Amino acid sequence: MNSKTLFYILKRVVLAFVTVLIVITITFFAMHAIPGGPFLGEKAVSPAVIEALEAKYGLDKPLLEQYLTYLRGIFLDFDFGPSLKQRGMMVIDIIMDGLKTSIRLGVIAAGIALFFGLTLGSIASLRRNTTIDRAIMVVTTAFVSMPSFIMGSLLLLIFAVQLAIVPANGSTGAGLILPVITLSLYPMAYITRLTRSSMLDVLGQDYIRTARAKGVSRSEIIRGHALKNAIIPVITYFGPMLAYIVTGSLVVERIFAVPGIGRSFANSITGRDYPLVMGTTIVLSTLIVLMNLLGDIMYKLVDPRISFE
Amino acid sequence: MMKKNPLSLQVDLDDFIPATKEDKEYMVQMRASSTFFRDGARRLSRNKVAMFSLIVIVLITLSSIFLPMFWPYSYEQQLGVQSGKRVDPSYNNLAPFEYGSTEQERMDAGESIFPHIFGTDSAGRDYFIRVIYGTRISLAVGFFASIIVLMIGLVVGSVAGYFGGKVDLIIMRIVDIIYSLPDTLMVILLASILRVTLGDRLEGTALESIGSNIISLFIVFALLYWVSMARLVRGQILSLREEEYVLSARATGAKGPWIIRKHLLPNSISVIIISTALQIPSAIFTESYLSFLGLGVNAPMPSLGSLASDALNGINSYSYRLVVPAVSISLIVLSLNLLGDGLRDAFDPKLNN
Repeated sequence: MNSKTLFYILKRVVLAFVTVLIVITITFFAMHAIPGGPFLGEKAVSPAVIEALEAKYGLDKPLLEQYLTYLRGIFLDFDFGPSLKQRGMMVIDIIMDGLKTSIRLGVIAAGIALFFGLTLGSIASLRRNTTIDRAIMVVTTAFVSMPSFIMGSLLLLIFAVQLAIVPANGSTGAGLILPVITLSLYPMAYITRLTRSSMLDVLGQDYIRTARAKGVSRSEIIRGHALKNAIIPVITYFGPMLAYIVTGSLVVERIFAVPGIGRSFANSITGRDYPLVMGTTIVLSTLIVLMNLLGDIMYKLVDPRISFE
Repeated sequence: MMKKNPLSLQVDLDDFIPATKEDKEYMVQMRASSTFFRDGARRLSRNKVAMFSLIVIVLITLSSIFLPMFWPYSYEQQLGVQSGKRVDPSYNNLAPFEYGSTEQERMDAGESIFPHIFGTDSAGRDYFIRVIYGTRISLAVGFFASIIVLMIGLVVGSVAGYFGGKVDLIIMRIVDIIYSLPDTLMVILLASILRVTLGDRLEGTALESIGSNIISLFIVFALLYWVSMARLVRGQILSLREEEYVLSARATGAKGPWIIRKHLLPNSISVIIISTALQIPSAIFTESYLSFLGLGVNAPMPSLGSLASDALNGINSYSYRLVVPAVSISLIVLSLNLLGDGLRDAFDPKLNN
């Protein structure tokens, strides 16, 4: 790794840090625009609780000082304050609890999307303009145009209610089947289309012809020469895919009653549990920013043709 | 022929001989000249998928505008509730083409009653008109949100692209920052706060009837989604302002705003229109997503997202109530996307080959 690469990575890390800081700032000041502030909301809270909160977060102090206190709390002890609705629970504990389920859900969905997306995309490009190719393109176009909550609701209706072959409740292992499928369909369709177009691009390159002229076998050409190069644009989709899965999990976990971070976030919005909204926004945003950063760095490292500016 | 003095002013009579038939034929236009717009429209009309999508969108739009005017029921009218009488629960949760008890009596007496095509919801409201009205709200939000995005992106992008230098640098840094924010999460955050804080401030103003939630949706769109439009416009302007005709306009004394309006915008208009057209389905997407999370339009106003969200509770008994709005959203988004793709193929000159 040369100094140029290192400088690029350093620059991206700083930018990601600034982005997270901006997210925290927006979240903080937006929440404090609510009458009563985020820790009190509009609900009547007992005077003792108000006193304790005021003492801890300095709610009577100027806004800037409160902001610095909040920042210090986040960076030093991951302290996002107490939940308003779930008595005696700290926001960070609720988030960590939900993240366990959600990360498992998201990682499986991403894995399925990658595997099937790459496979279907390669098949479509190798069988270009055949019935298989057209069928794949039609189905993926339909999946890309369907909002995740529509997809989830319809899958729930067909497989859990009408056919009753999988449980509708997502708190058990088998109940995670439908949420995983719902979350993976859109990224899978997107990766399929991405792989197809980049494979078509790669298959027309000179080095493919050279490999064929050398007598390399067809499967070796596809795996060793074509797919390896065609996968590069898919890496750029890494960050957006995670962002989609995170935001998709908000509705999908609500539909299937999965006890994850998405459901607790959706509930905190309707229940106006502001500290939980703040904490979850910040944690999920950080996750998305980090994944974008990772995707960008990987993209630049994998392809030596890409120059560093 | 007589030798002519080069300085003579004498007229050459040969120049005044009437044109022959062949000469005239040469001047006849073989084919009417075509404008850029007409070319694009012709290409678009040949694209069957795009034309079919266009027809679907026009039909849906027209019916969502005009059907509520003629429909005998309104979206908020609870049919079981009549002044001076007790609430009639027989109107709640009617199946398609069923009637409430008093309606049944009137029908037995020989009156004809307009049917409830999709039945009624749990509060006794005609479901068909709620879906139609929800479609109207979703389409309107998508359309106006895209217009807002277009306006802001156009102004900011042209200013950044035309003036360049420090102005450009500052604007593009802001764009970069907004671009790197996780947009959906920020939208949820801002929408959930604006609806609380806006509620009281709107009271008594003209905006109150639209509802604080839709207003906050528009504000969120205005704050976050203009960045890609601004980037697009700036990129277009940066490449166009190096053209010779801009140089010649400047040489003849044209000022900045004039050049932007008369030379730069018309030449980048097709790319901008296509991008706006593709913005509409994504705005409808976002609106329905927020409605599904309970951050959409104010009750009792329906939108397709909130109808689908409400239908989830009764999914075991009334599954058609989920299917109808779900199919409507998917149909609208799909046809808008396909039409947008068709527009791009037809009007983007760089893609012509």
